[in-house]
Formats: sequence, C-alpha cells, structure tokens
Amino acid sequence: MSREELAEEKNPMEDFLRMDRIPHIWCPGCGIGTVVTSFADALKKSELDLDKVAVVSGIGCTGRVAGYVKFDSFHTTHGRAIPFATGLKLANPELKVVVFSGDGDIVGIGGNHLIHAARRNMDIVVICVNNFNYAMTGGQVAATSPMGANLSTAPYGNFEYPFNLPYLVETCGATYVARWTSLHIRRVTKSIQEALAKRGFSFIEVITPCVTLYARRNRLGDGLNLLKYYYDQSEIQHGADTRTVGIDYQGKLIVGKFVDKEKPTFLDGMNTHLQKVLGEKYVPYGVKP
Amino acid sequence: MRKVKADPKGVLTGAHYLDGDFAIAEGGLAAGCRFFAGYPITPSTETAERFSERIPFVGGIFIQMEDEIASITALIGASWGGQKVMTVTSGPGFSLMQENIGLAVMMETPLVIANVQRGGPSTGLPTLTGQSDMMQAKFGSHGDYEIIALSPDSPQECFDLTIKAFNLAETFRVPVFVMTDECVGHMHEKVIIPPADEIEIIERKWYQGPKDKYLPYKPDKDLVPFMVKAGDGYRFHTTGLTHDERGYPVLNAEVQDWCVHHLVDKIRKNAHKIIELQEDQIDNAEVVVVSYGITSRVAIRAVQLARKAGIKVGTMRMITVWPFPEKRIKELAGKIKAFVVPEINLGQIGREVERCAFGQAPVIGVTHCGGWVHDPEDILKAIKEAVR
Amino acid sequence: MTIRFGNLRPKKGNIHINKERCKGCGFCVEFCPRDVLELSEEFNKKGYHPPRVVKADECIYCQLCEAICPEFAIFVTLKKEEEKGEESESRP
Repeated sequence: MSREELAEEKNPMEDFLRMDRIPHIWCPGCGIGTVVTSFADALKKSELDLDKVAVVSGIGCTGRVAGYVKFDSFHTTHGRAIPFATGLKLANPELKVVVFSGDGDIVGIGGNHLIHAARRNMDIVVICVNNFNYAMTGGQVAATSPMGANLSTAPYGNFEYPFNLPYLVETCGATYVARWTSLHIRRVTKSIQEALAKRGFSFIEVITPCVTLYARRNRLGDGLNLLKYYYDQSEIQHGADTRTVGIDYQGKLIVGKFVDKEKPTFLDGMNTHLQKVLGEKYVPYGVKP
Repeated sequence: MRKVKADPKGVLTGAHYLDGDFAIAEGGLAAGCRFFAGYPITPSTETAERFSERIPFVGGIFIQMEDEIASITALIGASWGGQKVMTVTSGPGFSLMQENIGLAVMMETPLVIANVQRGGPSTGLPTLTGQSDMMQAKFGSHGDYEIIALSPDSPQECFDLTIKAFNLAETFRVPVFVMTDECVGHMHEKVIIPPADEIEIIERKWYQGPKDKYLPYKPDKDLVPFMVKAGDGYRFHTTGLTHDERGYPVLNAEVQDWCVHHLVDKIRKNAHKIIELQEDQIDNAEVVVVSYGITSRVAIRAVQLARKAGIKVGTMRMITVWPFPEKRIKELAGKIKAFVVPEINLGQIGREVERCAFGQAPVIGVTHCGGWVHDPEDILKAIKEAVR
Repeated sequence: MTIRFGNLRPKKGNIHINKERCKGCGFCVEFCPRDVLELSEEFNKKGYHPPRVVKADECIYCQLCEAICPEFAIFVTLKKEEEKGEESESRP
C-alpha cells in the first residue's frame, strides 16, 4: 500500500482527542500520553455515551489532559479537580465524571478533597498519574516522592515519608483501588474500564516516568529506561493488603487491583436515608422516574 | 434573556418572621437554586442550615463540603452541570474562596455567594458585625476582573436581593455577591415572600444553535457569551488559563488582552443595567450621605436629625456596590458641598467615593473597625462638619 | 460439526506513522514484539528521529505501538488478506 493510501486512514484517537490541540506539551519519553490512550481505549470498550463523559483536571502536567480530550472537559485550579467533579456529578448525575490529574494535584494540594470524596463514596473515577514529583514547575519534592530521591527542592535527597496512595484511599472508603505502571497498558485500560462501569469512588494510580526532571535529577536514564525499570520492578498482587504497598526509592512496586467492593454512593445514601426519614414528602434527587 | 416565573416548589409564599440568613436561603430557593455547597462559619451558618432543612422537599442538593475552597469549586462544577448554585460564608471562608472566585470569573460561571460579614482581619470578630470585606469582594482574587456585589439592609432585602443576585449572575455569567453583615444576618424582621408568579426569574443564556458551531467564549451582542451544560454533547472545553473564544488556552499577550478585556467589559459596559441606587432628597442637597447595608439604616436617623436642624441632606443608598456608581458620584460631586460616607471599616467605599469625586467635593468618612453599628450622632456630627 | 485445524493465521497489520508528531521516545521500537520498527536516520521538523517500518510483513496487528505511543503518532489498521483463513485473536 502506498503512503498516500495509508495517510487516508483515520487515527482512531481522533474520536477522543482535540486533534487541533495536538502535539501536546508533554516531554519526549513522558508516560502521560500512554495513559490517555489507555483511557480512550477503555472508553471505546465501555460503550458509554461519550457525550455523557466529562473529564476534570487540575493543574500540572497531567492537568493538561482535560485540554486534549474531546469530551466536556474542565481544566480547573490546582488541587480542586475533585470538588469540581463532585459538583458536576451531583448537578447532573447522568454524567460519568472522570478526574484525570497528577499526584501533586490530587494528593498534594488537593489531598483534603481526595480523602473526603473517598469518604463520601462520590461516584467519580479518579485517574492519578504519579510521577513522584511536581513536574510542571521543575521537579520539586511531592507528597509521593520516595525517601532518598533527589528533587529540586530536596537537593540533598528527600527525607519526608511519602503517601501510600492505595492505602490512603482505601482507608478513606474508596470502592475501587488499583495501581499500575504506564507500561501495563492493557491492565490500565482494563482497570479504567472496570472503574467506569462501577458506581462509587474509584481510584487508579498509574506510575509514570518523568524523564526530564525526576529521571534526570536521579540519573535514572531516559524515559525508556525508567518505563522498563518500573515495569520490571513491579509485581502483580491482586487484592494485596494496601498497608504493604508503599513505594521505596527504586524499590519493588506492588501493582494490581487492590480493592473492588460495593457500597452505596453519596447520592444513593442521601436518597435512601431521606426517603426513610421523610417518607412521601421527600423529593428524590437524580433518580429517573 | 428569557424571563420566566419562579418555580412554585421553592417559593414559601406568605408573611414570615425570618432573620437575614434564613431570608437568603429562601431567596435562593425562590430563585431556583437547587444546589448548595457550603461550610459552616459564623455568622452565616443559618443559611446553610435553612437550606439543608428545606431542600429535601424541593428536590435538590445540599452538601457540606470539607472547606470553603471545595464549596466554591463544587459550585462552579455544579453550575456547569446545569444547576443554579449558591453558597454562603463569612470573612475567613471568603478569603479561602478567592482563588476559585477567579476561576468562576475566568470560566464565566454564574453563581451566587452570600458573605455575611464580620469583623476582621483573620478570625477577628466571629459573632459581631463588620463591613470590611467590601474591597476584597471586588479585588480579592488575583488579576483584573469585574464582579457584581449587592448589599441588603434588611431580611426582606436579603430575600429580594438574593433573587436579584441570581438574575444578574445568569444574565452576565459572573459570580454575584450578596454582601450582607452579621447585624442584618441575625436581625429578625417581617419578610414577605410573594406568590411564585410574581417573582421574575431570568434564565441562563442557553445556546440554541448548531452543536459544531458552539464557541463557549464568543461574546454575544450584550458581550455575554452563550452557555451550555456538560452532558449535552457540545464537547466543550473550559479552562482557568487565558483562552480564546473556543475556550482553548492561548498563552500570549494578544489573547490575554482580549480575554481580560472581555471579562471586564461585559460588566463595565453593562454597568448602567446593573447599578441600583436608592436616593432621597438629593436634588437640593448640600451634603449627600452615601451608605450601604446596615449602616444605611443607622444613617436614616442621623439624616432625620440633620434635616430637623435645617441641613439639606440627601441620601444615596447603594443597593449595588460593585460595579461602583462612578458616573452618579461624579455628577453629584459637582453640585454638593461634601459626601459623608459611614461604613463599618476604615474607609473602603469612602475611598472609592473620593476617587469618583475627582476632588470636586470632599469626602468625610465615618468609620470604625466593627463590632457595633454606628451611633447616629457620629454620622450627624460628620454631616454638620460637612456644611460648616 | 467438523473442525479444521491448521488453517489459523495470525492477523496482519498496516502501520501508519505520523512522523511529524513523533518525539523520538523509542517506546514503539523497543516494545514491538516482532521488531517491525526501528528509529530512522532522518529527522522530522522537530529534530527527532521518527520510527520507520522495516519488517512490514512481521506485523501481527497487536497494536502495542499504537497503545504505547505517548504522542498518538502511530496507529495500526487490519490488513485484509487475500487468502481466507480463520482469524486468530492474536492481540495480547
């Protein structure tokens, strides 16, 4: 087949991306693009009505995802993607609301909102791309930076304890928790697919190489090296006790689907409770007659 | 602009004995607000309590968020989800909201925030009155922007102005503040809630054209762009970054100029449609007392006493504080001897009056730091000083 | 019902590369299970070496390059074969 003929074929990502905004701003070797492809693939397989999908991002490298995906998409302030998504979902419960943002945004500045959305079992999907640092601003230490890693604001190495994200969200009440590296492409896709199909607070952590900052400062090679390294260091343990899945610097990465349980969501709880207490007088919310 | 009658479900028609905070909640419900996200803070909490009590019978959401940052952000999300939304707060909470008030301005999101002011700074006087957030309401978030702020002087006006706030928010796609204070918030008075069909509601400027032609930030003739809501298939994007008509971020000086001018102009150029003032005996006045909120009620007494003493005093009560009635102040400045501006802060609006007076008339501020309302005698003293 | 063995064939794919969008990370080259791709010597407009197809016939339409490309610059379409055989699910 000649090149001209090949060019006529349509890139399947065109249905999911704002092609007029591509190329994106992410560095060569960055893993965020791969996670976006996994997300698109999951949506394709989910057969959801894409007009009812909304993507909310905060600020940061991953925060730019909202600007590239061709859905109703919101690029909000730093750390506030989850409360924004909470409002959006409650205002229009028909929507499938996905928060797509980074570790600094969701867990650092937005940590309070993360734990409360998990506590309420808010029916949203959170895809948290974890690259262990604040990349957009130049590789500063984050709440997820492993101890000993070198960051631009921890130039002699990080001595703070990092968050163990699956443990954090599970204890707060999340009903679906998974962790993968971005090279676990099909598994990331499958997890997102499961989360999309689920009612409740779903949290998927995707470990991703930050080549320009985290890898460079720690002399871990290029994106390819780090991508492979994370993959090779990972060990799949579905249902693992999340207390044991903390991440050490360049240590073993326990990945897998840790939590998958059923629990009434915020709206379910509100409707059931108020109906019980108030009876006929209660006007149920967000329930199709 | 589509005008409709209020949805009777939310309207508690009748004569009630309510405090200002409750009246704000009733105003919101009457205006069609069905989404309230808030965080408890004295002296505004009663509004949230009232809303949470009433909403199950109306059909809607009350959610107590984890903080004020979450509250305002949830409002922005819910507004894009198609709901009319409001929250209520006071000084410290208002400070926490500032960044995302900027987001609401940038995303051109209609929402209403009632600020039941107390004494500041910091924790200040949680249970006592103040009017010291007036400048923060206008300038609290970073960057150049315009908002609308109203100032009720009674529980009845808390009800009326909350409805007006919603109508303005929906008309201009902008956050609107109901800047009341502890005194009005906790004052119990008669509040008449009219029948639903006597309450005029302005609906959001929904876009009706072809889906692929929709541009979220293309100004209409009145400078306000049309809005859509998430889930209707427009696949729009909106961002807090400087953006073009498509809502796409464009980071250069030219688009910044367009974007910021657009946000500012849609309010400044429509200011004449927004500003509402209540003037009394202003035509032959030598002195004009400019006031707002609770202070304007105290000023009435002072003005009565001054008139009895033969002084020609006019009053201007600002129902709309922002955008500021620049033209009217300038006009009056050329005709009168002085302005007297009593307020429960150290001269925030007085300074604005002074700016607009262009040195043509002096401005005498009657100010204090909060915790009590003025003694009419102090205002009277200033009026007398003004005519001397 | 008769079962005919020996007639299963792996799928074949056509690889489409948008060279100008490539940032030369090399993910596709590294992870292609059949070594179909290699980084070319040529430069694109941005100054990166985009991949090129070196063993087109080896492509089994696994779409891993498509899934892994962070730039959305590669996709694979199914090649229609002249010889009709039962298609296997070769996609991992």
